[in-house]
Amino acid sequence: MRTLLAAIAFVVAVGLVFGSLGYAEESATPIKVGAILAISGPASFLGAPEVKTAEMFVDKINKAGGVDGHKIELIVKDSGAKPENAISMAKQLIDEDKVLAIIGPSTSGETMAIKNICQEAKTILLSCAAAEDIVNPVASYVFKTPQKDSDAARLIFITMKGKGISKVGVVASNDGFGMAGKAQLEKLAPEYGITVAISETYDKQATDLTDVLTKLKGQDVQAVINWSIVPAQSLVAKNMKQIGLDVPLFQSHGFGNIKYVKAGGEAANGTLFPCGRLLVADVLPDSNPQKTLLMKYKSDYESKYKEDVSTFGGHAYDALLILTEAIKKAGSTDTDKVRDAIENLKGLVGTAGIFNFSATDHNGLSMDAFEMLTVNDGQFALYKE
Amino acid sequence: MNLPQIVQYCFAGITVGSIYAIVAIGFNIIYNTTGIINFAQGEFLIVGAMTAISLSAVLPLPLAIILAVLLTTLLGGLIEIVFIRKVRDASVLRLIVITIGISIIMREAMLHIWDEKVRSLPYFTGNEVSTVTILGAHISPQVLWVLGICGVIVAGLTLFFRLTLTGRAMRACADNRMAARLCGINDRWMVTLSFMLSAGIGALAGCVISPVTQTQYDMGAPLAIKGFTVAILGGIGNSMAAVVAGLFLGLMEAFMVSQFDAAYKEAVSIVILLLILVFRPSGLFGRSEIAAAGTA
Repeated sequence: MRTLLAAIAFVVAVGLVFGSLGYAEESATPIKVGAILAISGPASFLGAPEVKTAEMFVDKINKAGGVDGHKIELIVKDSGAKPENAISMAKQLIDEDKVLAIIGPSTSGETMAIKNICQEAKTILLSCAAAEDIVNPVASYVFKTPQKDSDAARLIFITMKGKGISKVGVVASNDGFGMAGKAQLEKLAPEYGITVAISETYDKQATDLTDVLTKLKGQDVQAVINWSIVPAQSLVAKNMKQIGLDVPLFQSHGFGNIKYVKAGGEAANGTLFPCGRLLVADVLPDSNPQKTLLMKYKSDYESKYKEDVSTFGGHAYDALLILTEAIKKAGSTDTDKVRDAIENLKGLVGTAGIFNFSATDHNGLSMDAFEMLTVNDGQFALYKE
Repeated sequence: MNLPQIVQYCFAGITVGSIYAIVAIGFNIIYNTTGIINFAQGEFLIVGAMTAISLSAVLPLPLAIILAVLLTTLLGGLIEIVFIRKVRDASVLRLIVITIGISIIMREAMLHIWDEKVRSLPYFTGNEVSTVTILGAHISPQVLWVLGICGVIVAGLTLFFRLTLTGRAMRACADNRMAARLCGINDRWMVTLSFMLSAGIGALAGCVISPVTQTQYDMGAPLAIKGFTVAILGGIGNSMAAVVAGLFLGLMEAFMVSQFDAAYKEAVSIVILLLILVFRPSGLFGRSEIAAAGTA
């Protein structure tokens, strides 16, 4: 009797599985896209605008009938910026939800933790994190949307040469983004004839940096470069002024959030940093190919969420844009076809710049994606020499 | 190193040291009455600062801070009544675990009430770029505010615990709760009062350090860890010692940075904490019976 029951249960179960599969095949299948973003926790300033942007983007696409008739189903996971969470969420999205692609994670450390998982599972990963290691060496299923660290470093050094600066001090936060940037700066400085006199790391949750900056001051540096994405970016600006270290402050593209300018107040004025054009969209000439898209994203985001747009949300925008464009181009939702289509995307205008992917370049952006920005009276402005 | 540089490192040490000290004081009050360490102390700081920041949009700064301190004080009392008072067989360990739970709840609540963004109160005097120059070195006027308010709190608490009847009653509860009850002290309300006092002082500390450290919903825990280290270092229960220990740790860290990689700075406090726990568990300035009472 028991075996009979078990047999019936088995048959019913099999029927259900196949039945549901059959049903799913018939109706227009939604495209499942996972999003692993640091919505809470220390990197929430990245994840929060990213998730808002992603939801806005998907809403808009679905209202317009989806991509080639397929609706997008966005499955959002909050990693809290913890690599271990990112790993289990990536496995869940791949094994249980069977997503076509994952956008995120928000931070470089998390992305590196799941790079191989996605590669081995042949799931497309479109990272919103900056570190160069994500796409170098290239993993065939792994892409990233923010500009390259090395290009940011190069633009900083070029600007420094223009200002006649030859001896600098570097401070960086002790997380994936900070450490990777610090390594790039130390590696590239000699190419531009610039000496890194001192290079230090600080705790990513630091609440005061007077001591480290005093050390830089002791080395008579002509400029300070800070490389981090944490709130300490405003602290560097404030503490430098407070200890009378009156040299130019250069920051990384992680400074692209008006909140940090507000937190730095008066001290943030004059900060120089390389950044995408989103923050200065209003003052771009109309001839700029990115202008229309940037203004549209900015006004959509700001009217929907009543907060200032940041470049980080733009990284999620670009990730979804690349994915949807590739699906259209491939005319299919087959992972490998979509992957190949991404590699063939050329001249795609996004928020971070103009993407030109290839089999060897999974970032697709060049140095002209950056513009040197500065802060005037608490507002971002284009830097003019 | 020349003189201005040495003085500058001292100022760097004093800046972080004063922050550690003002956080540490809050731990002592609840410990003095109940013998427990309140791990939600860091969250009281952030609630206080966040409330003040929100209020300062509509009120003048001093009024916003006073109101924020009062509101956080009430919250402290409410938390004690809801979470701590009801606990049966309240062992020290059990209560400490509850305070950890409270800290997590408060952190998540703050994420929902405010958001993930970093904020700060305006500087009490001057702004982000003002400095006071002493001996060729510079210090932010806000650090002088932190030190001053530290001093006022310590003096106020010392007088309160030594001279007032309520203060003495609170200390009596810590020494021997049963005996205190037999003397007619309402021990339950004394515990509530200690939570209120400690929340209020935490809120004030949070407000005064906010311009320096900036305020974000999840900053309470790292601040509390440093404050706890300092409280242990000074000898738990002794506010004056906490201030001295805070400045000592701050200076140690600053001079550590002057000689070695700043990356190892965080190791200083941990090494000192371990050394103290092994060789002098009563703290630098503590009497041994306090440590014994704490473990009993």
